[in-house]
Amino acid sequence: MSEDFVNKMADLKEEEVLALTKKRLAAGEDPNKILADNTAAMAIVGKRFAGGEYFLPELVFSGELLKEVMALVTPHLKESSAKTKKLGKVVIGTVAGDIHDIGLNIVEFMLDVNGFEVTNLGVDVPVEKFVKAVHDINPPVLGLSGFLTPAFDAMKETVEALEKAGLRKNLKIMIGGGQMDDEVRKYAKADAYGKDAMAAVTLSKQWIGAK
Amino acid sequence: MEKKWTELTPDEKREQRFRRWLSPPGVTFASPQAEKLYKERVTRFSKAFTLQKPDRVPCILPSMGLYAAYYAGTNLATVMYDFDEMKRAWRKVLHEFDADTFVPPVLVPPGPSLDAVDYKLYKWPGHGLTRSTLSYQAVEGEYMKADEYDALIRDPSDFWLRTYLPRVFGALKGFTQLPSWTSFEEIVTGNFLPFANPEVQAGFNAMAKAGMESLKWIAAVGEISAEALAMGFPGVMSALAKAPFDTLGDTLRGTQGIMTDIFRQPEKVHAAMERIAPIAINNALSSVAMAAAPIVMMPLHKGADSFMSVKQYETFYWPTFKKVVMAFVNEGIVPVLFAEGSYNKRLDIIGDFPKGTVAWYFDQTDIFEAKKKIGNRCCIMGNVPSSLIMTGTPQQVKEHCRKLIEVCGQGGGYVLAGGANVDEGNPENMRAMMEAAKEYGKY
Repeated sequence: MSEDFVNKMADLKEEEVLALTKKRLAAGEDPNKILADNTAAMAIVGKRFAGGEYFLPELVFSGELLKEVMALVTPHLKESSAKTKKLGKVVIGTVAGDIHDIGLNIVEFMLDVNGFEVTNLGVDVPVEKFVKAVHDINPPVLGLSGFLTPAFDAMKETVEALEKAGLRKNLKIMIGGGQMDDEVRKYAKADAYGKDAMAAVTLSKQWIGAK
Repeated sequence: MEKKWTELTPDEKREQRFRRWLSPPGVTFASPQAEKLYKERVTRFSKAFTLQKPDRVPCILPSMGLYAAYYAGTNLATVMYDFDEMKRAWRKVLHEFDADTFVPPVLVPPGPSLDAVDYKLYKWPGHGLTRSTLSYQAVEGEYMKADEYDALIRDPSDFWLRTYLPRVFGALKGFTQLPSWTSFEEIVTGNFLPFANPEVQAGFNAMAKAGMESLKWIAAVGEISAEALAMGFPGVMSALAKAPFDTLGDTLRGTQGIMTDIFRQPEKVHAAMERIAPIAINNALSSVAMAAAPIVMMPLHKGADSFMSVKQYETFYWPTFKKVVMAFVNEGIVPVLFAEGSYNKRLDIIGDFPKGTVAWYFDQTDIFEAKKKIGNRCCIMGNVPSSLIMTGTPQQVKEHCRKLIEVCGQGGGYVLAGGANVDEGNPENMRAMMEAAKEYGKY
């Protein structure tokens, strides 16, 4: 692992990181090592975000930076690149009637850098799509996002549909976003309300049993 | 001798505007009682906004957005197209709720106009969202590209006309071929040619159609506004304005774009906001000039705690936002600053306005802390949680309001309000808010 590279990336030094990436690739370094450094750097970004040192702008920019590095590295990757072991599966999505995705994407990012295998169903997800995803993917954790007050009912309907489909028993459901709080959690019969993206990580770890 | 408007101090300007709000020209009240109630209500708000003690705490119900559609048993999809239904719904709220203010259906967009221009910035029920959805929602996107800052800064109106509008209005895609309007100078020769282009003409025709459809809409909205005023319900917002950072971040670049620009081209972000600020000011000033209430509502978006650090807020959000707010203050207008989300980490910054000139309307901020920190300078508004209004009982709502009034109402300068508008929910919970204001809010 190149400590210098990881730190520069975590500090969001765009030009230096891109120059270093090119240099490492030109020197014939194993691109998988760069990928491992990416992961390490993103974990630091995630930590700084959770600690209140980084905010949305840093998170978004780190994502941009990652994309740029990946664009350089991908042509050099062989198919056999080692897959890292994931902690567990989490399915997330913004409920029906709501197209807000900023919070949803932060949660995806934070879960991903903390080692979860995330399936992001996107926005305005109909109840049936959640049911199908939970049925097909069988995740231990489902995250419902919503920004507006109509999402209260959409969340409730989603949870009820999962109950009806017999998929609720081994599933933990967390909710978050805009006007959500613990009152809504009770109303929608979810298991927990998380006030920010880090809460989604903490809850998932707690439920999946990872430390 | 009477002083000219430009010679008045901000306080004198505000006094004049408040006097006009109190006795609005052209309004005939339905009865002497309605006029009396109107004046009481305006006085109540005026005093609260300027940090004085009114007769009691004024109240703005969270049912003042799109709630009427739900309440009247119809929905947004219907009232956006059927203006008789729109009138019926808003009239029902007007007649069946005791309130201190009334907001006519100005927030219901005219569906036929949006269709005529093929509006892409928003989705609404029946148009990208299922028909039963009760609100419209913005579609995040990069409506201005990262390398277009210079074009925006050089001439914002031109950028809007020939670049931005064709992107958000499908029917205006021909406007990319328009000449710059400033090319018309001296004897005109070839400048008319682009107007012979069928795509350009289609754009103008679509705009004309949107305009004609809007005439029907404004007739309906105007009818309800006039009725509400005649019955004695004042309006409390005459214009909307945005913080320059939000115009850039929401309308133009999108979240992804603006957050990246902060790192890659910060000086352009600043220059663009400086350019946008006077435009925001002038747009709102001309709207206020046409209405009775001297109040500009500023829905604030990307400056919330979760969007950026305190340092980023101070650097990127606050300076041009403050400039816009101060322009209103100096014109004697009360800016109502709606802080969506939470502003707990901004409380040491946001009170920096002349005493009694602005109102901060909080959503999820710790409002008791806000009262403590900025309550001696700014009017405080808010913040019965939407979740409580949607899922709680009237007793719970009333009890919550009692606590809010006890703490925030101390010494005046407080308006009881929801945290955000709700689009559905138990009407008894709204009535409980009003009851609380009357029962616990007397000074």
